[in-house]
Amino acid sequence: MPIFASLLGRIKPVGEPLNRMFTVSYMPGCTLKTSGKNFEESTLKLLERLDVKVEELPSWYCCGTTYSLASDNIMNHLAPIRTLIRAKETGRRELLVLCSMCYNTLRRAQDLVLNDEEKRNKINDFMYREETELSGHEVRVVHLLNFLKEFVGFERLAEKVTRRARDLTVALYYGCMLLRPDEISVDASSENPAIMEELFTACGVETAYFPFKTECCGSYQTVNRRSIVLERVKEIVESAVKNAADLIVTSCPLCFFNLDDSQKILLDDTPDFTSIPILYISQVLALLMGIEDATDYSLHAIDPRPVLKEKGLLR
Amino acid sequence: MNGTGEKVKQRPNRIGVFICHCGINIASVVDIEAVKGRISGCPDVALVKDYMYMCSEPGQMLLKETCSSGQIDGVVIAACSPTLHEATFRGAAAEAGMNPYRIEIANIREQCSWVHHDDRGRATEKAIDIIQSLVERAKRDESLAEVSIPVTKKALVIGAGISGMQAALNIANSGFEVFLVERQPSIGGHMAQLSETFPTLDCSQCILTPRMVEVGRHKNINLMTYSEVEEVSGYVGNFRVKVRRKAAYVDWSKCTGCGICTEKCPTSVQSEFDRKIGQRKAIYTPFPQAVPNKVVIDRQSCLYFQKGKCRVCEKKCPLGAIDFEQKDRIEEIEVGAIVVAAGYDLYEKEKIEEYRMGYCSDVVDSLTFERLLSASGPTQGKLVRPSDATVPKEIVFIQCAGSRDPDKHFAYCSRICCMYTAKHAMLYKHRVPDGQPYVFYMDIRSGGKNYEEFVQRAIEEDNVLYIRGRVSRMYRENGKIVVIGADTLSGKNIEVRADMVVLAMAMRPSSGYEEIVRKLKIQMDSNGFLTEAHPKLRPVETLTQGIFLAGCIQAPKDIPDTVSQAGAAASKVVELLSREKLTHEPITSWVDEELCTACGQCVTQCSYDAIELDRKKKTARINEALCQGCGACIVTCPSGAVQQRNFTLQQYYSMIESFV
Repeated sequence: MPIFASLLGRIKPVGEPLNRMFTVSYMPGCTLKTSGKNFEESTLKLLERLDVKVEELPSWYCCGTTYSLASDNIMNHLAPIRTLIRAKETGRRELLVLCSMCYNTLRRAQDLVLNDEEKRNKINDFMYREETELSGHEVRVVHLLNFLKEFVGFERLAEKVTRRARDLTVALYYGCMLLRPDEISVDASSENPAIMEELFTACGVETAYFPFKTECCGSYQTVNRRSIVLERVKEIVESAVKNAADLIVTSCPLCFFNLDDSQKILLDDTPDFTSIPILYISQVLALLMGIEDATDYSLHAIDPRPVLKEKGLLR
Repeated sequence: MNGTGEKVKQRPNRIGVFICHCGINIASVVDIEAVKGRISGCPDVALVKDYMYMCSEPGQMLLKETCSSGQIDGVVIAACSPTLHEATFRGAAAEAGMNPYRIEIANIREQCSWVHHDDRGRATEKAIDIIQSLVERAKRDESLAEVSIPVTKKALVIGAGISGMQAALNIANSGFEVFLVERQPSIGGHMAQLSETFPTLDCSQCILTPRMVEVGRHKNINLMTYSEVEEVSGYVGNFRVKVRRKAAYVDWSKCTGCGICTEKCPTSVQSEFDRKIGQRKAIYTPFPQAVPNKVVIDRQSCLYFQKGKCRVCEKKCPLGAIDFEQKDRIEEIEVGAIVVAAGYDLYEKEKIEEYRMGYCSDVVDSLTFERLLSASGPTQGKLVRPSDATVPKEIVFIQCAGSRDPDKHFAYCSRICCMYTAKHAMLYKHRVPDGQPYVFYMDIRSGGKNYEEFVQRAIEEDNVLYIRGRVSRMYRENGKIVVIGADTLSGKNIEVRADMVVLAMAMRPSSGYEEIVRKLKIQMDSNGFLTEAHPKLRPVETLTQGIFLAGCIQAPKDIPDTVSQAGAAASKVVELLSREKLTHEPITSWVDEELCTACGQCVTQCSYDAIELDRKKKTARINEALCQGCGACIVTCPSGAVQQRNFTLQQYYSMIESFV
């Protein structure tokens, strides 16, 4: 059975990259409707520019976050599995996910249903009131990065770039949820991923040597032990600054929050601390295409506008 | 016996049965008298005898006397497993003038008395059944003669590293001619690249070069450097080998290795021998002590071959040895035995993804570090960083890079890295007394004479800091390499800002090993290392007769083990070549030409290349010299045309009939 899981990750869309309007199901998750609004809005506007029609699931649930990372109690997986069932009911083959945590929990729940027959039967028995039964292979959970690479194509995306950034270097930050465990990684190498570098290089943006790109941001320790997060963020930001980056670009709302918000405290507490703005991949891509109204800058702790103006991305 | 391999037809029905008590091993469970009574009543059984220990001298005498009395034509010995004493009884019978292939063993110990010790009655019945079935088989046994084949008294050694050189010298010193084939321009292998060797720290080249000279001068060794084995056919004692002599674009019969051409050549490229941290010319010898001391032109970097002009070497050569028109040529040789000593390569460090962020010219693998330490290396033994030629003050050694990692790389231990890393750290400390070496290790595997003492010396006398744990990642910062690892003994994370990092990369079978396996039709394991015939008792033989293994192509090993194994392989070759003729068991397959349709299925199944199709006569033909009697062709044949001598279907049917 595991062979199916690996196949699933490599299923290529039929035919050429999109020539006409393509519709994809979409699961936003809670953060994108609250603190991560900028990620959703900029992505939706970006995809519209790329002729992709995004159809939010009529009904979706909490992805389960850290609860569904525990593998011993299958009850924890019910939330993402229910979302997968809703996705199956739309009849579409792909479910687009932006948030790294949602991607991680949905992919792992899907792998569980696909590869563990005993648990699959148990889950389906338990959810007898659901009209749809899930076998796992119906819907491919696809992260925005893989969607842009495989369904749009980086080259085609680059054709839509209208603004050339002046001397801009970005530090591309992956975090952990997109890469681990190995089986669900968005890049063939979970140790030294390069998919974001490929994307930005295709768009003509310089990428920084950034050895902390997969370093842990401290994750949910931000809730109870902020000091851990501050320590992590300090190292990550310092590495980006040292390597001459102008921005850190990420695709994870939690990484975004930790990296962005913690810098306020670090600026107050640490002498000689140099801050750096944090942006979502979609925010930068939208600006490269001249879409300026995709971002609410009040949601940024470190205001990126001065840098963006200096580099010619914001006018 | 006759020497032609023909079988001698006989149809006797007088079988003698000998029952062994094996002390109480058989007799305490099986009722010997009852068995004797029943078996003597069987048709065609001429006599039944029993004895306390049939394998003892008096037991064998009993067999011999009965055989030579002329009362019997075939024998069944009811005793232990045929794996133990079949050869004993066959030998005894042959001495008494009986054909040894008329002896059958009925195993009534391992397969009867030992497993049924709690049920005397049924054990006795089973013993009778077993003996009866073997009597049926013995009645139909043919007298066979051993197959005899001639031997070409020459050997081929593939690879001229230390293992190939050692094997070649041993064979040549025994008086046999050896062809030593090496794909590089010089012999010497990886050992020529090493600086000093553990655990004695003697200079590698100083101990190697006298051997190289000896090989180069030996009257029995035909050196074929810059050559590759192209094709191998034939079988034990009679291999035919085609060797490709690659074009050196230099007439070696004229070249004296004076070096003028190398000096004048305008093109410099990275030297493979110096692991790309040093330079060589487009016309070159890999290193000054090369044997043979002849130059070759590297077509890929030569200006004349790439751009059509230059020919400086041709103008400068005082002997007119340069020949741009030279072509590869194929030389055919005949040998009786082959030693495969193809050696190893290091696994590429780029495959270790988690370290990639740290890679720069100052992160090197261990062979590169050897070149940095070597007195004949690009820095003349001065230890400096490749990037900026400064002396590294902090250096990290990482063991098991790619080894012992079944998830991402190789499950096996490369076996020599613990020792050479201790040596590296020690030599570093001798050259940079105020520097600090760190070694990240999983375990220290220092089994070997004076090996553990050597590692202890590195730790205690040379203050090498050993950290038990893995390095999770590394990255570059301000000209340093930041190495992040764990110390599992203290439970702390370790961060070293190193000037240089040395990776003890896993050892892999030498590149091109699949080709060797394909050409020689020998086996390899899942990692690509060649498989020995038996892991303990036949460590230098392959399953193909006449082909032997030596050195790291079989498994990673150090120099002393390589030399020992090469000596063992050579002695096996000498044993083979010393014989005038080779014989092997006549238990081979034969084809009933009436039934054979020449479909060829048996040909594809045969692992020993023993079957050929005779298209004219429309039949398969089995070469008795090659057939190992495995039986694969018999089960494959759709028309039942293939049979094995003394294992015929008729024999099996009659054995089964005797049971039911």
